[in-house]
Amino acid sequence: MIKVEHLSKTFGNNEVLKDISIEINKGEVVSIIGPSGSGKSTFLRCINLLEQPSKGKIFVSGQDLTESKTNVTKAREKIGMVFQHFHLFPHLTVLENLTYAPTKVKKMTREEAEEKGRTLLARVGLAEKETAYPNSLSGGQKQRVAIARALAMEPELMLFDEPTSALDPEMVKEVLDVMKDLAHSGITMLVVTHEMGFAREVGDQVLFLDEGRLVETGEPKAFFENPQSERAKDFLAKIL
Amino acid sequence: MNLDFSQIVPYIPFMLEGIWVTLQFVIVAIIVGFVLGTVLALFKIGSIKILRRIADVYTSIFRGTPLILQLMIIYYAAPQLLDYDISPFLAAILGFGLNSAAYVSEIIRAGIQAVDRGQTEAAKALGIPYRQMMIDIILPQALKNILPALMNEFITLTKESAIVSTISYLDLMRRAQVVGANLYRNFEPLLFVGLLYWSMIMVLSLIGKWIERRLNVSD
Ligand SMILES: Nc1ncnc2c1ncn2[C@@H]1O[C@H](COP(=O)(O)OP(=O)(O)O)[C@@H](O)[C@H]1O
Ligand SMILES: [Mg+2]
Repeated sequence: MIKVEHLSKTFGNNEVLKDISIEINKGEVVSIIGPSGSGKSTFLRCINLLEQPSKGKIFVSGQDLTESKTNVTKAREKIGMVFQHFHLFPHLTVLENLTYAPTKVKKMTREEAEEKGRTLLARVGLAEKETAYPNSLSGGQKQRVAIARALAMEPELMLFDEPTSALDPEMVKEVLDVMKDLAHSGITMLVVTHEMGFAREVGDQVLFLDEGRLVETGEPKAFFENPQSERAKDFLAKIL
Repeated sequence: MNLDFSQIVPYIPFMLEGIWVTLQFVIVAIIVGFVLGTVLALFKIGSIKILRRIADVYTSIFRGTPLILQLMIIYYAAPQLLDYDISPFLAAILGFGLNSAAYVSEIIRAGIQAVDRGQTEAAKALGIPYRQMMIDIILPQALKNILPALMNEFITLTKESAIVSTISYLDLMRRAQVVGANLYRNFEPLLFVGLLYWSMIMVLSLIGKWIERRLNVSD
C-alpha cells in the first residue's frame, strides 16, 4: 500500500527527516510516536506531498508520488488527512463541508454526495448537525466532521496528525471511538498520536521517530512491553 | 446672511440627474477596479515571479502618483498618442478603475494572506485544484475579512469621483459649477450637491453593513 524509500527532508540546513524507509500493508493501522519535534508531522505530510521530500521515493498504491510527472492533486484524492486543528471550511455548513470536494473534484452529483454525506454524518454521530456551521460545534464535533469530510472522498489511506491533541480531555474519547470504528473497517491508517492506549490497542504497528530517524518499528505489544532502543525506553519511561 | 435657495429650484432636476451620471461611471469603475484588483492580488500571492513583479510595479505606479494626473494623462494621451478621441466617460472609468485596482489588490492580498494556512492545506489534502480552492474556499473567507476595508475604498472612490469634473465630464460636481456660473451664486448649488454626495455615501455604507451581516451568518 505505502512504500517509503530513503526519505529525507531538510528545511534550510535543518535535516528533519533522515533516510526513512518503511513499508505499510493495505488495511494496517500504524501509530507514529516520538518526542515533539522529532519529525512526525513532517513525515506524515510528505506522504501526501504537503511537504516536498528532499530525497527518496514515496509509493502509494504502486504510484510514485515523487515522480515529476505524477499529478499530485489527483493523487491526493485517494489520501484523506485529518489535522490537529480540524481546518473545516468555516463559511460552509457541515454537510457542505462534506459534499464540496466530492461534487467539485470527483464530479459526484449533488444528490449522491449529500446522501453519502448524511450517511457519514450518521456514522460519526452528528446526523442532526448537517445545517450547522463549524463555528457552532465543539472541538470533538469539529474533528468528527473533519474525519467525515476526509472519508467523503472515499480514500484508500487516511492520515491523522495528532487528531485529539487540541481537544478538551472529555472530548478525546468520542473522536478515538470514531477512529477505532474506522480502524476496524479495513482502511489503511497512519496516525501520529500521543494516545498510547490507542497505539497499543488499535494499532497493528508502531513507528518510533526520534530526531528525524525511524529508530524502532514493531508490533504494539512488543514495542510497549519490551522496547529495543534506549531512545524508545527513555521516551516510554517519560510518558507512561 | 445672504442665502437664497429658491434660485436653484429650477436647476434641481439638472443637478439630480448628476447623481445617475456620477453613479454610472463610479459603478463601472468599482467593478473594473475590483476584478482587476483581484487578478493583481492573485498575481502577488502566486508562484510566477514575472507576474508578481508586474503586479508590484503596477501598484507602485498607481499608488505613487496623483489620481488627477492619471486621469488627465489618460484623457489627453489617448488622442495624442493613439489618435483615439476618448470620451470623458471612458477616460473616467479607466482612470478610476485602474487606480482603484491598485488599492483593491493590496486589500485583497492582505485578506488572502490573513486566511489561516490550514484552509489551504485542508483543500490541498482533499485534492481540490488551486483555482477552485481560491474561488470557493480562500476568496470567500478573505472577502469577509476585508469587507470593511473594501467598502472604505468604494466610498473614497465615490467621493473622489468629483475630480472627473476636470475633464469636463458632466458629473454631480460639474453640474454644481455650471449652475453656480449661471446664477453667479456658487454657495447654494455646492451645498446642494454636497447633500447629494453625503446621501450617496450613506446609502453605500448601509449596503456595506447589510452585506457584512449577510456574510456573518456562519458565525
Ligand atoms: N515548514 C517548516 N519550516 C521549517 N522548519 C520546519 C517546518 N516544519 C517543521 N519544521 C521543523 O522540523 C522539525 C520537525 O517538526 P515536526 O515534523 O512538526 O515534528 P513533530 O510533529 O514530531 O513535533 C522541527 O524542528 C520543526 O521546527
Ligand atoms: Mg507534529
